Amino acid sequence: MQCPKCHAPMHTYNRNGVQIEQCSGCRGIFLDYGELESLTRLEGQYAQPAPPPPGAPQAYPSAPAPAWGAPQGGHGGHGGHGGQYGHHRQKSFGRMLFSS
Amino acid sequence: MTANGLLPVLSAKVRGAVHPAAGACVCGTGDSVLADRPDGTVVRHAGTVAKAHAADTELTALAARMAVAAHPAFGGILLPPLRPGAVELHGRPVTFWPYGTPVDRDDPDAAPWEEAAGLLARLHRTPDAVLPSGLPPMRGPAKAARAIARLRAAGPHPAAAPVLRAWAVLPAWARDEAPMPDVRVRALCHGDLHLGQLVRAAGGDWLLIDIDDLGLGDPAWDLARPAAWFACGLLPPDEWDRFLTAYRKAGGPAVPADSDPWPALDVPARALTAQTAALAIAKSVAAERPLDEVETSVIDACDRMAAHPPGLAGGYAT
Repeated sequence: MQCPKCHAPMHTYNRNGVQIEQCSGCRGIFLDYGELESLTRLEGQYAQPAPPPPGAPQAYPSAPAPAWGAPQGGHGGHGGHGGQYGHHRQKSFGRMLFSS
Repeated sequence: MTANGLLPVLSAKVRGAVHPAAGACVCGTGDSVLADRPDGTVVRHAGTVAKAHAADTELTALAARMAVAAHPAFGGILLPPLRPGAVELHGRPVTFWPYGTPVDRDDPDAAPWEEAAGLLARLHRTPDAVLPSGLPPMRGPAKAARAIARLRAAGPHPAAAPVLRAWAVLPAWARDEAPMPDVRVRALCHGDLHLGQLVRAAGGDWLLIDIDDLGLGDPAWDLARPAAWFACGLLPPDEWDRFLTAYRKAGGPAVPADSDPWPALDVPARALTAQTAALAIAKSVAAERPLDEVETSVIDACDRMAAHPPGLAGGYAT
């Protein structure tokens, strides 16, 4: 097919199962009906965090958190003992959890 | 700070309360200053504590709050005062209380999360018939607004912008600029719950202290500080879970018994996060020191709050 803008020939590419026509002249892209939605869906899948590596501590299923909460990784594992979080916990406990 | 010499007079007052007949202290124990701030100066002598409240305390509101603390219905929940009323000293009302052992600041594992939750649930379940007439609203939103005013007065600071943005997206009632909407639960609240507000009295049971902010309001405010600490990554999820589970088991009305508590907690937890961040910046400016990692984590949460306004994500509209 020809580019509707500059009339140069368009080439078809396949991006993760979505057919995209790109103009060989102006580099413009033509999407068929539904293809923009398909791309958006794919983008959403890319943006999702990678699954935790095997053996990583599981998040607490019973503790829902607000959207603005600290990233789950920020808790540094559960129990609060040892490591980065243990230090953080000791420091925040005595000061932050007692003052108004 | 007590620039007006209140401290020695308050110390004499608490000694006089312990030894009313003698002209001087006969027990030989010293005085200890438990707090010395414009909104609360607290001196202990032997088993008695005298508290000088803020100079701008409304006396009728304080009297209603003292009546609650002294009411037998709150035995085992609130520490009762030694005397029902307040005396005036250097323009500040002074009240007298039995001394209680506080929570150990150096031992996070010993924090009485279940007991705190149980006390709050019992407080929140108080029947209206028990409450004195003229009980004012709880002062949670007012305290948050005051912290933001303190931040603005502290002068420019690079971390102030995210805190003010987080504050700006809160509903008016949480900023103390409008009455609480009727759709929210209304109950008797402590108004300023943190781990410094629990003491173990002579009998050994934990009790709530500090009635300065007590009143009617959204009981979720009392859960919101632990909720905010959890959301900011300062409180481990299992400790937050212990607190929340104990509150629900005790029948606390602030959150639904078996569904997501965050629609109820979101706005108060945001307000307390902004309050905490505002005070942290104001204090760091006053002390001319940088913010530490814990304070930074609270300010980071404010940044995320501004990017996720209430009522959009998750439908936390009220």
